[in-house]
Amino acid sequence: MKPAPFEYCRADTLDEALDLAAEFGADASVLAGGMSLGPMLNMRLARPAALIDINPVEALAGIRESEDALETGALCRQADALGSGLIGGFAPLLAEALPFVGHFQTRNRGTLGGSVCHADPSAEIPLALLTLGGGIVLRRKGRARTVPAEAFFEGIFATAREPEEIVTALRWPRGGARIGHAFAEIAQRHGDFAIAAVAATVALRPGGDIAALSLGLGGVEDRPRLADLSGLAGAPATPATAAEAAAFAADRADPIEDPKASAAYRRQLVRVLGARVLERAMERAAAPSC
Amino acid sequence: MLRIAPGTRHRISVTVNGRPHAGFAEARTLLSDFLRHELKLFGTHVGCEHGVCGACTVNIDGRAVRSCLRFAVQVDGAEIRTVEGLAEGGALSPLQEAFRRRHALQCGFCTAGILISATQFLETSPNPTEAEVRDMLSGHICRCTGYEGMVRAILDVAGETP
Repeated sequence: MKPAPFEYCRADTLDEALDLAAEFGADASVLAGGMSLGPMLNMRLARPAALIDINPVEALAGIRESEDALETGALCRQADALGSGLIGGFAPLLAEALPFVGHFQTRNRGTLGGSVCHADPSAEIPLALLTLGGGIVLRRKGRARTVPAEAFFEGIFATAREPEEIVTALRWPRGGARIGHAFAEIAQRHGDFAIAAVAATVALRPGGDIAALSLGLGGVEDRPRLADLSGLAGAPATPATAAEAAAFAADRADPIEDPKASAAYRRQLVRVLGARVLERAMERAAAPSC
Repeated sequence: MLRIAPGTRHRISVTVNGRPHAGFAEARTLLSDFLRHELKLFGTHVGCEHGVCGACTVNIDGRAVRSCLRFAVQVDGAEIRTVEGLAEGGALSPLQEAFRRRHALQCGFCTAGILISATQFLETSPNPTEAEVRDMLSGHICRCTGYEGMVRAILDVAGETP
């Protein structure tokens, strides 16, 4: 349970981190909070030649508000995000999901960017980012790009990040009026990996019917997935519509099977939890915002 | 930038429980092992070594975190608090006293980490609900006494806060 030898490289600035990423490419792992990479190193599931420790890079910490989005630095700690009024106001779905991420002690160190890079299919932060239509800001030497979350997650622990790239920030788009969110998950114990997690956003028209709704599924397939519910635009915001949408998503999901749960159980969780979060999101969208 | 080649030993200086300490560590040396093997501070226990059990929890720069998920080379210059630093002048801290009163420990293996977590938790949430206490404890595994005594002990101390 000790890591194999590696070269430790501490970057003090973003430029140093990008230089190191260019030098090592796929031979290095980027060390943020280390709540997922640490166990993988200790169990020798990961044996990188080098670790690029980005923790001292101040440019990667903090939260910035722009006109159309909130940008959380890759190193924003989950505990700080949980206590942030900005995130509570901007991305209430993330705020609702964060208490399910690990535990008090791991959120103290674990980062938003690290969780997204690690891309565990059952992780809550990638699911929230996907459901909200967010993006991932990636940089390499001399170049930056933003990848929509929908294109970023490619499979179990697999993302669109190139080896020479470092995730510098996550972009959470600004919501509007009459939008509601909700999150729920089932795990064996609180803080464990989700067997299934669901996240919903619902936007209502001025008359109260549905303008758009989305249902994100975590832990169900090999990556967080958005169910295509575009056919339900214009439907009334009722519990029956929520149940119909969740059933539609459950029928089209292709759930994984593992020792914790069967594919049929996961499909049932999408049906039940999905209806629950969609209904709650509808109620919140209809409630006057404060 | 700092680079430490594999296999070489690097000097680390830290403040532990208010006192300066120094020792040597390879890049891959876990903080939990550095505390125990190099600094001979055996109060911090090592359980699962993958961040799940919570036995190795220590306070680094004000936050309770897993010492098995931190490399010693990352804490150069940091302020660390371990279970050895809770009692002052030979007197148990109010939380330690409450743990004894409420029978919140039996074998003691998980206790060091839980005391460190609960101490920071009470600093940030001085008046927690029972549900919040249980949520914080979900980051620790106890295999003998159970959690009831711990919940009572932590709530006792929360109620006593001046």
